[in-house]
Amino acid sequence: MTRWTLFDWHFVGFENFTQYFKEASLAIGFKNTLIYGVVTSGLKVVFGLALALLLTGRLRAKGFLRSVVYFPVLVSTIGVGFTFSILMDPNYGAINKAIVSFGKSIGWETYGPGWLVDPNLLPLFSVAFVDVWKGVGIATVLYMAGLASIPQEYYEALAVDGGGAWDKFRNITLPLVRPATAAVVILSFIGGLRSFDLIWAMTNGGPGFLSDVIASINYKQYQAGFYGLATAGNVILLFFVLAIIGPVYWFFNKKEKEA
Amino acid sequence: MKKFLRKYGLDFVAIPVGLFIFAAPFILIFLTASKNSKESFQFNFQLGEKFLLWKNIKTVLGTNDGVVIRAFINSTILTVVSVTLIVFVSSMAAFVFARRPGKLTTFANIMVLAGLVVPPAVVPTIWVLQRLHLFKTMQGLIFIEVAYSAAFSILIYKGFIASIPKEIDEAAAMDGCTGFALYRRIIFPLLMPVNVTIIVTTSVAIFNDFTNPLYFLPGNENATVQLTLFYFQSAYLTQYNLLFTDILLITIPPLIVFIIFNKKIVSGLTAGAVKG
Repeated sequence: MTRWTLFDWHFVGFENFTQYFKEASLAIGFKNTLIYGVVTSGLKVVFGLALALLLTGRLRAKGFLRSVVYFPVLVSTIGVGFTFSILMDPNYGAINKAIVSFGKSIGWETYGPGWLVDPNLLPLFSVAFVDVWKGVGIATVLYMAGLASIPQEYYEALAVDGGGAWDKFRNITLPLVRPATAAVVILSFIGGLRSFDLIWAMTNGGPGFLSDVIASINYKQYQAGFYGLATAGNVILLFFVLAIIGPVYWFFNKKEKEA
Repeated sequence: MKKFLRKYGLDFVAIPVGLFIFAAPFILIFLTASKNSKESFQFNFQLGEKFLLWKNIKTVLGTNDGVVIRAFINSTILTVVSVTLIVFVSSMAAFVFARRPGKLTTFANIMVLAGLVVPPAVVPTIWVLQRLHLFKTMQGLIFIEVAYSAAFSILIYKGFIASIPKEIDEAAAMDGCTGFALYRRIIFPLLMPVNVTIIVTTSVAIFNDFTNPLYFLPGNENATVQLTLFYFQSAYLTQYNLLFTDILLITIPPLIVFIIFNKKIVSGLTAGAVKG
C-alpha cells in the first residue's frame, strides 16, 4: 500500500490497488487466471479418473504405463514449456505439420491453428493443455488410491443385481472416489490459479497481454520496478485464490458429510 | 483369437497411445539435442546428419565460463540442504501438532494450511531478507524453499503420525524416553516411508523450481539450473540444439530419482494424501 523504491517509501493509501484495477491488461489477467484454473483442474479430473480406471483395470502393462504417465510430473516445467512451444510452432512445429499433411490427404487446405500466437484465447488453452499433460500424473495417482479404497463387495453386489459397466461407474465408482476428486480439484485449482512458470516459458504472457495471468502480470510489474503495484497484485491474487478455493472447499466438505 | 484379443487387445491400443502422448516430447528433446544448430530449426523427429550430442554437451558446459556447471553445483547445494532441513523441521513440527492438542496447535494448524493456499508476496519477502542480509544469498533462498515446502510436508507427516498409536509414546515414556529423545529414537524411525515420499517430491520440486530463484537469487553468479535455460533462449537467436541439450542435462537428475524411487513415490504419496 505504499509507493516503494526498495529503501524508502511513503504511504499512498489504496492508490496502488485502484491503479491495478484501472489498467485494462489487468482485467484480462483475472479472466485468464480463472479460465486457466477451471480448464486445468476440470481436465485433470476427467483424464486423471479415466487413466486411473484404465491403469487399475485389466491392462497387462499397468506398471509400465503408470511410470510413463507419472514421469512428466518430475521434469522441469520450463523445459517442458520450451519443448511444447516448438511442437506447437505454427509453421515448423510437428503438430501443425501433421495437421497440414492430414489436411492434404483429404483435400482440405489448411495451415493449422496458431497454437501459441493466435490472437484469441487459443494460446491460453494451449498452455493449459500442456499443464494438464504435465500434471495429470498426480491426479491419476490420487485417483488410483481412491479407487483402491472402494470395497470390492459393492461391485459384487451390483453384479448380483445385474448392473452393467455404466451403472458400476455411475453409482459406485463416482460417488465413492469423491475424496480423491476433492483432493484433485483443490490441489490443481490452487496450482492453476498461481501458475506462472509454464506460461512464462511458453508465451511470456503474449501475444500482447492475451495469455497473461495475475502471477505473470505481477512479475512484469516487479521487473519494471513497480514494487508497490507488484505487491498490490500479490494481495489481490491472495484474495482471488481464497475467494475461489473457499467455496470449492466448502462444497466438497459439505457433500462428504451428507454421504 | 477372440480370447487373445480380449486379453491383450487393450494393451495393443494403450501402450502405443500412451507412449505417443507421453514419450514423444522427450524423444524430440533427445533428437534436437543431437543436431547441429541449423538442423535444430527444423523441429522435426529426425536425426541430424551427424550425431552431435557429445559435442553439444561440451558446448553447453563451456558456455559463459561454465555457468551450467556452476548452476548444477548451486542447484545441488540448494536441493540437498533444503530437503534435509525440511525433513527434520517438518517432521518435528508435525509430531508436536499431532500429539499436543490445544488452542496454540489449532492456530498453528490454520497458519500451516494458509501456507498451502496463500501465494507468496514477493516484495515484502525481499524486504525482510534484505534486513537480515540474506537477499541474493544461497542461505536466503534455502530458507525460502524450506518455508514454502513446509506446509505440504507438515500436512503429510501429520497424517502419518496420527496413525501411529499413542500407546507407543506412552510405553516409551514409561521407560523414561520423553521429549526430543522420544522423537529421535521412536517416532522418526517409524516415519521412514513418509520420509522417502517427502524427499522425492520436495527434492524434485526444488530442483525444478524456477520462480523463487528468479525472484530471490538474481545474478549470473548464483544461477540455478532452471535459469540457465534462458541463456540459450533469447529474442534474437535461439540455439535450439544447445537449449535442448541443456533441457536434456537437467532432466537427468529427476530421471535418476525416478528410476530409484518409482514404486515408492506412488505408494508413499497415496498413504499420506487421501487419508489426510
